[in-house]
Amino acid sequence: MSDNNLVDDTVETTKTGTDYAEIVYNGIWKNNPALVQLLGLCPLLAVTSTVVNAIGLGLATLVVLVGSNMAVSLIRNYVADAVRLPAFVMIIASFTTCIELLMQAYTYELYQILGIFIPLIVTNCAILGRADAFASRNPILPSALDGFMMGLGFMIILVVLGGMRELVGQGTLFSDMSLLFGDIASDWKWVVFSDYNDVLFAILPPGAFIGLGLLIALKNYWDQKEKARIEAKKEKTAPGSKRVRVTGNVA
Amino acid sequence: MALLRITSPHTQRAGRKTSWVMLMVIAATVPGLVVQTALFGWGTLVNIMIAIVAALASEALILKLRQRSIAFFLKDYSAVLTAVLLGLALPPSVPWWLTVTAASFAIIFAKQVYGGLGNNPFNPAMVGYAIVLVSFPVPMTQWLGSADLVIAQATLPLTDSLAAILSSAPVIDSYTMATPLDAFKHKESLMSSEAFASIEGLSTANLSNWFYVNMAYLLGGLALLYLRIITWHTPVAFLGALAVMASLFYMVDSSNAATPYFHLTTGAAMFGAFFIATDPVSSCTSNKGKLFYGCGIGVLIYIIRTWGGYPDAIAFAVLLMNFAAPFIDYYSQPRAYGHTKAKKGLKIGDSK
Repeated sequence: MSDNNLVDDTVETTKTGTDYAEIVYNGIWKNNPALVQLLGLCPLLAVTSTVVNAIGLGLATLVVLVGSNMAVSLIRNYVADAVRLPAFVMIIASFTTCIELLMQAYTYELYQILGIFIPLIVTNCAILGRADAFASRNPILPSALDGFMMGLGFMIILVVLGGMRELVGQGTLFSDMSLLFGDIASDWKWVVFSDYNDVLFAILPPGAFIGLGLLIALKNYWDQKEKARIEAKKEKTAPGSKRVRVTGNVA
Repeated sequence: MALLRITSPHTQRAGRKTSWVMLMVIAATVPGLVVQTALFGWGTLVNIMIAIVAALASEALILKLRQRSIAFFLKDYSAVLTAVLLGLALPPSVPWWLTVTAASFAIIFAKQVYGGLGNNPFNPAMVGYAIVLVSFPVPMTQWLGSADLVIAQATLPLTDSLAAILSSAPVIDSYTMATPLDAFKHKESLMSSEAFASIEGLSTANLSNWFYVNMAYLLGGLALLYLRIITWHTPVAFLGALAVMASLFYMVDSSNAATPYFHLTTGAAMFGAFFIATDPVSSCTSNKGKLFYGCGIGVLIYIIRTWGGYPDAIAFAVLLMNFAAPFIDYYSQPRAYGHTKAKKGLKIGDSK
């Protein structure tokens, strides 16, 4: 949890005229909690064995993140610096408890599958990180948007990773979606490979490490390509000779 | 003065290129391969072929992606050696896709991702083996029966082996049985003597089969020692530690523990000691370090075999000690010539 110091110095803090597009881009791509900040890895690696688990935990984290960011932003001028972290943790813990009770009430089976990882949302560094790095310095609207986008970025990666692991591990996609969406989702299960040998490795946590590593590599690869493309566009030197004098007296 | 513009060490004999070393290690596995084929059918040979194709293909693919010279790196035979070791370690009747998974995972994730030969912290063949062992426990624990028990099927016809491997149909289910280590692990509440008398996997015939396999690898390993491709430190420490551990627990509880002889000759002990643990890239470099490294593997093997979840433990023990190899190397650096031993700790009687 003390990781909040390493959270982005790139975050624009109290700028006049908030750049909402920048917040969206930061949350989903440039500063993605899972791919760039590498925060909240514990639930990310532990519960992404299927898509439905990933969506469940992703949604829970998203709601907590939006709620805590808004609450922290509201009280940001009334909390002394020395006690701000305990205060933030209290807020996050309250939201987490709410989510836990809600899940217990409406998606009991999923609640049982996710188990300890729902209460552990409290310790998700991504949430405390956003509270300290963004919400405590910004008004409520940008904070809420930041929480939503960070949560969305986190959830997208959770779902992609869950999909990868479910596909490789069991050869299916979207199995047991009824745990989250009720009876209408009972036939959403898509058997991609029938007669498939389960690959236990992908279902176990080590598979998540490798899957996440591949996703990070893919993101870095895309970013490099994009960078190279921009560079190539920039460096269009005009034709003609440009000689630099290297002999004699160079002034 | 003419300066030799070659990298150190400068003492190596001419012609000892990487490819030569790799080829010699492959050649040294031939006795083991022959015995395994004679006792368990053609499956091992087919597995090796499949593994070689898969390993070379994935190596070439990744080298292309990394924009390295494909021909140059394929010709050092390191991928072939990984594939051969993997093919020997896998049970002879595993389906083809399992071998392909293991070989490509070994090359892509255990070797090329780290930067290719020389940079891999883990033994690629054992990573591939561990992955399929964790992922597909059922086919990975089915070895073929021994010659005496199923005389007719003992050396399974090539066509049957191929059918089993390619179709993954349970063609030869009736021929399979547990390895002695596996059988011993699942003897439940039987005493050792009762287990040896009653369990099929622990019959004299099966035991002697595995003894022959181990002796063949010992022969290959001695050849490697003779050629000075490996040093004696790792295998001796490995086998010694395993024997000491086994003797210790056998002396304490001889009715339930297995004899040291059983531990040394029924699993992959010789194969692991001479061919897996001695991998020059992922093991320790100094001689003292090699002793610690081998000891660690031997002790871990006994621990995992006896109290762990898997009947044999070469892969996991080697991988765990691969983790520790840089640490061991750091603390076992040989003293440079002419330097005295470093003074460590408090010197008694020198307090004032």
